[in-house]
Amino acid sequence: MVAGQTGGVDAVPGGTAVSVVLETRGLVKRFGGIVATNDVSLQVAKGARHALIGPNGAGKTTLINLLTGVLEPTEGSVALDGEDITHLAAHRRVRRGLVRTFQINQLWGGLTPLESLALTVSVHAGTSGAWWRPIGGDARVAAECERLLATFRLLEVMDQPVASLAYGKRRLLEIATALACAPRVLLLDEPVAGVPEGERQEIFETLGGLPADVSVLLIEHDMDLVFNFATRVTVLVNGGVFAEGDVQAIASDPRVKAVYLGEREHA
Amino acid sequence: MSAVAASLRAGARWRWWELALLVVLVLSWFVLPSQSLLLNEIAILALFAVSLDLVLGYAGVVSLGHAAFFGFGAYAAALFAKDAMPDPLVGLAFAIAVSAALGGATSVLILRGTDLTRLMVTLGVASILYELANKLDWLTGGADGLQGVVMGPLLGRFEFDIAGRTACAYSLAVLIVAVLIARRVVHSPFGVSLKALRDNRLRATSVGLSVNARLAAVYTIAGAFGGAAGALLAQTTGFASLDVFDFHRSADVLLMLVIGGTGYLYGGIFGAIAFKLLQDLISAWTPQYWHFWLGLFLVVLVLVGRDRLIRPDRWWRGRPAASTPSLGAPP
Amino acid sequence: MLTLLFDGIAYGMLLFVLAVGLAVTLGLMNFVNLAHGAFAMAGGYITVLLMNRAGVPFLACLPIAFLGTALLGALLEPTLYRPMYAKPHLDQVLFSIGLVFMAVTAVDYVVGSMQQNIQLPDWLQGRFPIEFVGIGKYRLFIVVVCGLLTLVLQWVLSRTRFGSRLRAAVDDPRVAGGLGLDVNRIFLLTFAVGSGLAGLGGALGAEVLGLDPTFPLKFMIYFLIVVSVGGTSTITGPLLAALLLGIADVAGKYYVPKLGAFIVYSVMIVILMLRPQGLFARAGAR
Repeated sequence: MVAGQTGGVDAVPGGTAVSVVLETRGLVKRFGGIVATNDVSLQVAKGARHALIGPNGAGKTTLINLLTGVLEPTEGSVALDGEDITHLAAHRRVRRGLVRTFQINQLWGGLTPLESLALTVSVHAGTSGAWWRPIGGDARVAAECERLLATFRLLEVMDQPVASLAYGKRRLLEIATALACAPRVLLLDEPVAGVPEGERQEIFETLGGLPADVSVLLIEHDMDLVFNFATRVTVLVNGGVFAEGDVQAIASDPRVKAVYLGEREHA
Repeated sequence: MSAVAASLRAGARWRWWELALLVVLVLSWFVLPSQSLLLNEIAILALFAVSLDLVLGYAGVVSLGHAAFFGFGAYAAALFAKDAMPDPLVGLAFAIAVSAALGGATSVLILRGTDLTRLMVTLGVASILYELANKLDWLTGGADGLQGVVMGPLLGRFEFDIAGRTACAYSLAVLIVAVLIARRVVHSPFGVSLKALRDNRLRATSVGLSVNARLAAVYTIAGAFGGAAGALLAQTTGFASLDVFDFHRSADVLLMLVIGGTGYLYGGIFGAIAFKLLQDLISAWTPQYWHFWLGLFLVVLVLVGRDRLIRPDRWWRGRPAASTPSLGAPP
Repeated sequence: MLTLLFDGIAYGMLLFVLAVGLAVTLGLMNFVNLAHGAFAMAGGYITVLLMNRAGVPFLACLPIAFLGTALLGALLEPTLYRPMYAKPHLDQVLFSIGLVFMAVTAVDYVVGSMQQNIQLPDWLQGRFPIEFVGIGKYRLFIVVVCGLLTLVLQWVLSRTRFGSRLRAAVDDPRVAGGLGLDVNRIFLLTFAVGSGLAGLGGALGAEVLGLDPTFPLKFMIYFLIVVSVGGTSTITGPLLAALLLGIADVAGKYYVPKLGAFIVYSVMIVILMLRPQGLFARAGAR
């Protein structure tokens, strides 16, 4: 697991301020009469392992959609590396390094893992517009694909259509695709959702192996993963920030327990 | 070379049936000299259908007005031959250029909206061009069309003969070149990105692909190919009439493509061959009411299920036919 | 000028009656029925044949045209159309194009391709010469009949139980079905009535629009314009769109005959680009 990983907000020698790589200010999203996101001001530090938790319906995925540009906020702003990206098109945000994975796999069922990764790598190598060369002609793309396929244990299945892969493999591909985008900030939406117990370990390990300079915001329900992976936690309830702090503080916060467990309290 | 690199290259390799098809196309000119006019028509329709495949099979746009490009190219080539110079290749290049421009200009119209909106808009563009061709009769000859378009010799040497041998060779050559180009595009990163757009648009956006830019590009290319087909028609038959913009042209090419199969590039060719043979067969028996039987065929085809048709690419695929869209929740 | 306006209104109301069935079919079954014009043509030909061959008076032909085409729709809906609702739009388009081709050529074969003329009864011919406006009697008749039909439709939709069931089913068929509404019966009735109205429109329009076997193809785009610009979630949307279309077409052809229908098509494209859901659609409508 990833115990003792540096890069979190607290482990900074010399006491210098950690730079904020992704930030929202007063983010609000209303759908008709429903307030899905309620004045959320969130900061993700550079190199962070930051978890976003909350009961179902708290608005976690909506927040991710606002961050990535799938949804337009009603009020508030989003900034990446200090630059305001509130009205930037979704695909442009990806080009700037803000990449997400989806809770429900969004893959190209008709392509193979190799083709999917090759395309994604080409996009970020700037060659995805090339219409004259075959996609297999670029050695750098092939090398990068090989590296990703190996890291994510997809080499054996690289030529099978994605639609025929086991669910755990597809989840790995979902994360591999995000990494193929060379992200600076990675938003992981419930990476182990629906993955059978036996296949979760693979995913935990690959997440643990993520480069330290990639900042990660993780939405999760699996508390094992949260406590082992994250150093900072934000709790979202009814669309608003309920509590925030480092992982030990949140783990022992009785209010957080109450919000998750209702009135019953565990000893 | 690593297994990964090898596998990536394998995608662009020539399948045996692709080569066979090209050989058949080339041989047909030699082997069937008396059918030159028919072959010419088939080549032109095949090119037209391949251009629609780019729009329908690759960009996923249901267009009821693809004849817009066909007609535009036809009139452009005819006018060029009449008023500028009668050289066929230069005229073809001109028609391709202006049709591509039309494709680029109208591509903004297909980016937004629902299926119905796109249907309407494509139909609208073709109808507008029909009206313009009809009313601007000082330019287009109006309802009579542009007649007596005399072409110069091809490559300076080969005159267009009555039997249509030169015309047939010309059209087949253009078709083959177009398919070769299209093939390269389809196997390129751009081509794969089109497949990705069609397969799961959300995922495509989420890896940083600009949907609009790519759709516009493919629509422009489709416009170029469609215009080329129309130009060939005008040049090889010697006239251009309102019929090139007519709705039945858009409907016929749609059917051709559906018969042959969308999304694998060669469906247009197979479909054009099947369509033309079917048409000749039925028209010999009932010349005036061929569209009735065509309509019946369409109705039955759709009721029975489109996937039961010719799909040569599915016959020889090692892996199962993959046409599922985005994947959903865990099993 | 006012005459033009009046003519445009008459044309628009006629287009509305012709196209309203298509709007409801699209909104209800999410089915792109390009063959809608064939029902209109059927109504027109029923009227023409009854009047010219059997000497049936014009006014009597109108309800017969309505009922006849409604019956035709009621026959075709469960047999041919229903299996198509779940199919992708491309299949629906191919299917309805196939039907149009069949209808057009069949009529050509049976009746011939010449334009059909009907002799309007005397009291409908001529005009009322009122000040600056020459109001054609027949056009006035069309406006009155179509106006009444619109009011009846609006009343049925908002005041009757069938109307509320229909609106529920248009909003969300699965939920409606889950609530116990017999969605199939609603579809059948709606399709039949929509086709009947098209037939009635075809009968009324035979004199004004011209009737020949290519009618469904010629007017297909006009019906589609009414539906796509007007949206499918209200009755008033298509009504306004049809009126706009009627006036624009009549005015355009009068003032700029060189361009013909070019103006109408261009305006349609502009509108659809600015408001892809239709000019009058509710937000969130199909």
